[in-house]
Amino acid sequence: MPRTLTEVFAQARQENRSALIGYMPAGFPSVKGSIELVNALADAGVDIVEVGFPYSDPVMDGPVIQQASQRALDNGFTASQLFDVIEKSKASTVTMTYWNPIERMGIENFLTQLRAAGGVGVITPDLTIDESDEWISQTSEMAIDRIYVVAPSTSDERLKKVANATSGFIYAASLMGVTGTRSALSGSARELVSRVRKVTSLPIAVGLGVSNAEQAREIASFADGVIVGSAFIKLVLESPNEKEAVEKVRVLAAELAQAVRQPRS
Amino acid sequence: MRSVNLRNSRIENRKYAMKMSESIDGHFGRFGGRFVPEALVGALDELAAAHQAAMHDPNFQMELAELHRTYTGRPSIITDAPRFAAYAGNARILLKREDLNHTGSHKINNVLGQALLTKKMGKKRIIAETGAGQHGVASATAAALLGLECVVYMGEEDTKRQSLNVARMKILGAEVIPVTTGSKTLKDAINEAMRDWVTNVATTHYLLGTVAGPHPFPTMVRDFHRIIGVEARAQVLELTGRLPDAVLACVGGGSNAIGIFHPFIDDLSVRLIGLEAGGRGVSTGEHAATIVGGTPGVLHGARTFVLQDESGQTVESHSISAGLDYPGVGPEHAYLHEIGRAEYRAITDDEAMEAFSLLSRTEGIIPAIETAHALAGAMQVGKELGEKAILLINLSGRGDKDVQTAAQYFGIPL
Repeated sequence: MPRTLTEVFAQARQENRSALIGYMPAGFPSVKGSIELVNALADAGVDIVEVGFPYSDPVMDGPVIQQASQRALDNGFTASQLFDVIEKSKASTVTMTYWNPIERMGIENFLTQLRAAGGVGVITPDLTIDESDEWISQTSEMAIDRIYVVAPSTSDERLKKVANATSGFIYAASLMGVTGTRSALSGSARELVSRVRKVTSLPIAVGLGVSNAEQAREIASFADGVIVGSAFIKLVLESPNEKEAVEKVRVLAAELAQAVRQPRS
Repeated sequence: MRSVNLRNSRIENRKYAMKMSESIDGHFGRFGGRFVPEALVGALDELAAAHQAAMHDPNFQMELAELHRTYTGRPSIITDAPRFAAYAGNARILLKREDLNHTGSHKINNVLGQALLTKKMGKKRIIAETGAGQHGVASATAAALLGLECVVYMGEEDTKRQSLNVARMKILGAEVIPVTTGSKTLKDAINEAMRDWVTNVATTHYLLGTVAGPHPFPTMVRDFHRIIGVEARAQVLELTGRLPDAVLACVGGGSNAIGIFHPFIDDLSVRLIGLEAGGRGVSTGEHAATIVGGTPGVLHGARTFVLQDESGQTVESHSISAGLDYPGVGPEHAYLHEIGRAEYRAITDDEAMEAFSLLSRTEGIIPAIETAHALAGAMQVGKELGEKAILLINLSGRGDKDVQTAAQYFGIPL
């Protein structure tokens, strides 16, 4: 049985550190390649793996993840490949998906297959809590965690409502924008995390624009989790073959895993 | 059985307009809503509030009406089309001439409304998506008029197909950004505009060009286009002494159609008929007839009908008309279809081009190819209803922009 998100964050807290969360789209650069990459992340110390469901219209994603998703789609990605990757993942695994693929498959069908594959949660970047009634009842019934994204523009009142609908952890977007590496961290992340703390005791993980150990260390000093995606994918895109890609990803993941283990101030 | 259903749906429809214009959460039955990144919720709330306030603010309404009178050229006229009618079962064919508006289509109605709202919200930059370029040109026009910065996202394929409109936008002072992701057409231009908006939402208004997208766009854009139907209803009553038997309009996203349909929704004797782009034929899969040939799903922030495959990936649409070449449709149309108040048909590229040619030759009016789909629909419906019928058609745009496409289609050397 994979560890639940609550267990993963509890252990990280016990070790007085942040959890590291790594993102990879399923089927990129190939199904086999994505399984190897996901497990390279786990082997290097990533606590939670986030497997992306490639989608034709990813409005929350910058050019890097768009390119990777498109590559997976061009290779003929199907939902069964997503579940295949999740099933073979060694770490606790959540999936990140835009809403339409779930709606098309049917919520119950999607959750049944996800659970059978050992997935423990779902991040839904374009599902608002206002449209979530059926989603909340079915995920609760199936004991799958619901992870919502909040942003610096989210009002305090709304943060409370989103936190109430969330389980596992809250995904705090470090800045206003789409996924992708940024050279400097935005100051808005720290402020957002402290606003979220006031309304919930759930773990808070920060993502968007985090690409290197220095940034990871900084975020780990005030958040419970650090989410890295585009930086890994960029390495894969730049690599001449899958073997080299896996090696480069392993190196970066190990650096980041060490960074989140720095003693917290 | 059928008559019972019909009666029930009519009871439900009776107070439709009132009920729907008061609908503040943006749902049309199971359609509509908001499927967006949380980062945009605050801006959508702000916009919804600004829209509601503007609708009830006599000063805003006066300002917009004055702009329409002195700048757009409203009210647009009604033209009787007796020579074209000979090809439409000799029914009486009345054309609502939105093609005579400044910038050449209905798009200006929405653009001026939203640009005024942008100023009220204290934002100085607008972004827009465009397919054929009509909405981009209208947005660039309004930005020039009201002193706003304007950025237009346009699929790279479309910038090549519509290079004249790209030049028009640049002349008007807008920046045009070619979109190279995905299918490089309208749907990807919308994706890119959404990404810009998520990043710059504090300073920027997304001036969406159709009745699609998350709440409040479908409601707000409809409200700015309702003037088409409000004018036309009064004009037809005055001209003929009665309501038309059917109102027809082309449907891509569906903004001109909802604009002319909406004031007739409670007139249950009036059939509302939307004509979608059937491309090479719905059975070929190469079409943009979202309601006729699509399935319910979520695209660009709303639940509606979508062209998609079995795993929920959006499928590329096809139409000879760039303005209808979109794999989604406004959620209110999805609802009108579901309750049976409006009917939707697909018109093929060839049928549309025949109507395009006919209207040009019989009435001296070159319509937009989008609009030609509505005219082809009128040819069918006129024959079905016969010569006593009165058909009101939204002539949503002029065809100057389509001369190159048409010349190619008809083999006219350029």
